[in-house]
Amino acid sequence: MTIRPILSALLRNRTGAILVVGQIALTLAIVVNAVFIIQQRLEHIGRPTGMDVNNIVSTRVQGFGDDYDHLATVREDLAMLKSLPGVVSAVASNAIPLSGSGSATGWRDSDGEDPKSASGNYYNVSAEVMETFGFSLYAGRTFTPEEIDSRVVADTPGNYLPKLVMITKELAIELFETPDVVGRMLFDGLGEGTQIIGVIDRMMGSWVGWENVGNVALLPSVSDRPWTRYAIRVEPGKADAMVPVIEKALEDRNITRVVTSTETMESMAKSSYDADKAVAVVLTIVVFLLFIVAGLGIVGLASFTVNQRTKQIGTRRAIGARKRDIITYFMTENWLLTTIGVAIGSILAVALNLWLADAYGLERLNYWYVPAAVAALWILGLVAVAGPARRASKISPAIATRTV
Amino acid sequence: MFGYYLRLGIKSISRHPALSFLMMLAVGLGIGVSMTLFSLHYTMSADPIPEKSDQLFAVTLDAWDPEDSYRGNTQGLPPWELTYRDATALLESDIPTRQIAMHKSYFTLNMDASEIKPFMVTTRQTTKDFFEMFNVPFLYGSAWDSATDESLEQVVVLSKATNEKVFGGVDSVGKTIRLNTHDFRVLGVLDTWEPKIKYYDVNNGAIDESEDLFMPFALSAALELPFGGNTNCWKQEEIVGHQGMLNSECIFIQYWAELTSAQQKSEYQAFIDSYANEQKKLGRFERPINNRLDDVVSWIEINEVVPSDLTIMVGLAFLFMAVCLFNAVGLLLARFLAKSPVIALRRAVGASKRAIFSQHLVEVGLIGLGGGLIGIVLAVFGLMGLSTLIEDIDHVARFSWSLGAIAIGLSLGATLLAGLYPTWRICRVQPSSQLKTQ
Repeated sequence: MTIRPILSALLRNRTGAILVVGQIALTLAIVVNAVFIIQQRLEHIGRPTGMDVNNIVSTRVQGFGDDYDHLATVREDLAMLKSLPGVVSAVASNAIPLSGSGSATGWRDSDGEDPKSASGNYYNVSAEVMETFGFSLYAGRTFTPEEIDSRVVADTPGNYLPKLVMITKELAIELFETPDVVGRMLFDGLGEGTQIIGVIDRMMGSWVGWENVGNVALLPSVSDRPWTRYAIRVEPGKADAMVPVIEKALEDRNITRVVTSTETMESMAKSSYDADKAVAVVLTIVVFLLFIVAGLGIVGLASFTVNQRTKQIGTRRAIGARKRDIITYFMTENWLLTTIGVAIGSILAVALNLWLADAYGLERLNYWYVPAAVAALWILGLVAVAGPARRASKISPAIATRTV
Repeated sequence: MFGYYLRLGIKSISRHPALSFLMMLAVGLGIGVSMTLFSLHYTMSADPIPEKSDQLFAVTLDAWDPEDSYRGNTQGLPPWELTYRDATALLESDIPTRQIAMHKSYFTLNMDASEIKPFMVTTRQTTKDFFEMFNVPFLYGSAWDSATDESLEQVVVLSKATNEKVFGGVDSVGKTIRLNTHDFRVLGVLDTWEPKIKYYDVNNGAIDESEDLFMPFALSAALELPFGGNTNCWKQEEIVGHQGMLNSECIFIQYWAELTSAQQKSEYQAFIDSYANEQKKLGRFERPINNRLDDVVSWIEINEVVPSDLTIMVGLAFLFMAVCLFNAVGLLLARFLAKSPVIALRRAVGASKRAIFSQHLVEVGLIGLGGGLIGIVLAVFGLMGLSTLIEDIDHVARFSWSLGAIAIGLSLGATLLAGLYPTWRICRVQPSSQLKTQ
């Protein structure tokens, strides 16, 4: 089988060829970029959190009224929560990781001139923070109940810093270039120091879209402002069932306060990733539809050319071409078109990615996505053209004589 | 003639229902996917207050860290919010027609002897011009006046939903509600007010709902209300208590000015710049002068209310539509050329090229129309799908008549454009070539 007659036939019917090539090229450009974006979002969503997210319930209590004693309430709430059947441990915290709400501050490695600095979320927490969030320690230890400070703490950092702190490995490495920092001092923006007593393997902060989400510091303190959040670790698999139980138990204490936002940490994390998930889902649907549309397009145009050339096919059959030759002819023709399409499409795909990177700060493509998509489209082309090509091969040689 | 072509077109379409449906489906899929994403984009970037958006300006001053621009942002924009001291200083100006300083906070609403369980409410502390400035409609009562802005009288304006929840929707003007330990007198109740974009304060989510109740700005300092929105600080300074926050370089106040003429705007710009220069003498505003007045539309833009993810997806969706159109052109071409003998016959008995062209273009238009309708159905379902994927976007993920018109227009336009080539091909059919083979 030589390519030359195929080429000259294609040049005679340029429109059909251009339509197939155009479709393939655009499809490749879209698929490569869409799949790349999907892959990135899935990686983003799937990052390890370092915590037992599935078995934690969180809630917020807000006191009002003159007789409301916040610090006593927190102490009693925690004791009550821990006594509930199904609860493993509980902690008071100003914010909940992965929830989208939280506070951050800048930390420094020294109080001298020209310090190194890094920012990250911080949490004011009570004891049992490790048991509750379920992170593991790289080195050092967690807080004891005696170390929890319940002095007056304003909502702003820089105002008051407990004497001890636990930080994540990621923050340690960014500031000190080593995770082995137990015993060293960490400084805030005012130059106040606090001693690092534990290094956490991994823990994520509040804002999943933030580049510093892995930089977390835990400060052993309970604010005297009349509100707090609780994180409550429950027995495996019981999180959903415990939400109403926990809410009711807190409300039943009948204090002048409201209990709000009781939900599982899993559902909070899920809503934080909503937008990423939506991007992945929408683009997956687009890619899926594209394959169908492009495939059907090839089927349609190939059927059209077969119909147009019925007489010629009949003639070729009459002068000795086998069925196999006809099939090979159409398969080769289509393969040629697909190849031209993917060649143009590869350039388009890379150009589109470079433009997206430039205009919207998207990451540069991993270039192996291009050959992978090329292979997929080659297969799509061959599968799509198989039907029309088989039909062409069934055209009887008699056709050639009939209509001339 | 159009009526005749229309009849011919409908006849031709109904003669090959499957193929015609396939073409409409190809166009419809493209329209459906792109309109789903475009609709969301369109609603989120639409001007939320078109009647006066070019007269409302978000005021921003650059009093940020001399070492570092705000959050290292690359466009060199000043911070989104103001310090309390700058905001109160700007309020002294009498240049703007209206102006407001405001922030968000929250309370526990608790009623004596009532079946209503105490609940959290979000509040907006603002100077009185808020309601007139943003055309906020009142159902009962009214806003407070400038005397109340100074008097520290504890008054509130309720949102319609809050009034329904607390007072069952009756006229509650003059009644009292308790917030934390304070009693407030109801001055007014808003009518339904649901701006799709919360453009006046985009800090905690640009598509958030507006607040549950509104009260005079002066109460914020007097009652030491917590700052419930976004608070950002750069300076290493000792901040003691609530007064400390008010005196600090922390930013948490949103500021808007209504300026009705270009002259007024340039006067006001001169005023804020001279204020910044004054402050420079006191050792503040150490960055280069960079004070901005952004109207509503550009405010929405620089705050990236429409996420770039969405813009990228809209682009990809339009490329997808292009593939669908390529497809439809292929099918059209096949269909028209298959009709060559009939066309040739018509040409032979006297139809002009022009007539053939118009007739087929009408047929293409019908397919575009069908595609547009399919696209609208798909887009409506697509938007419903998006609302289940992302929480709290129901009010922006909505199809409307104007979007429907855009969908039909887009579909017709794109299909007619794509159909030009097949139509042109078909009117070039030579009567002789076709007739002789019959």
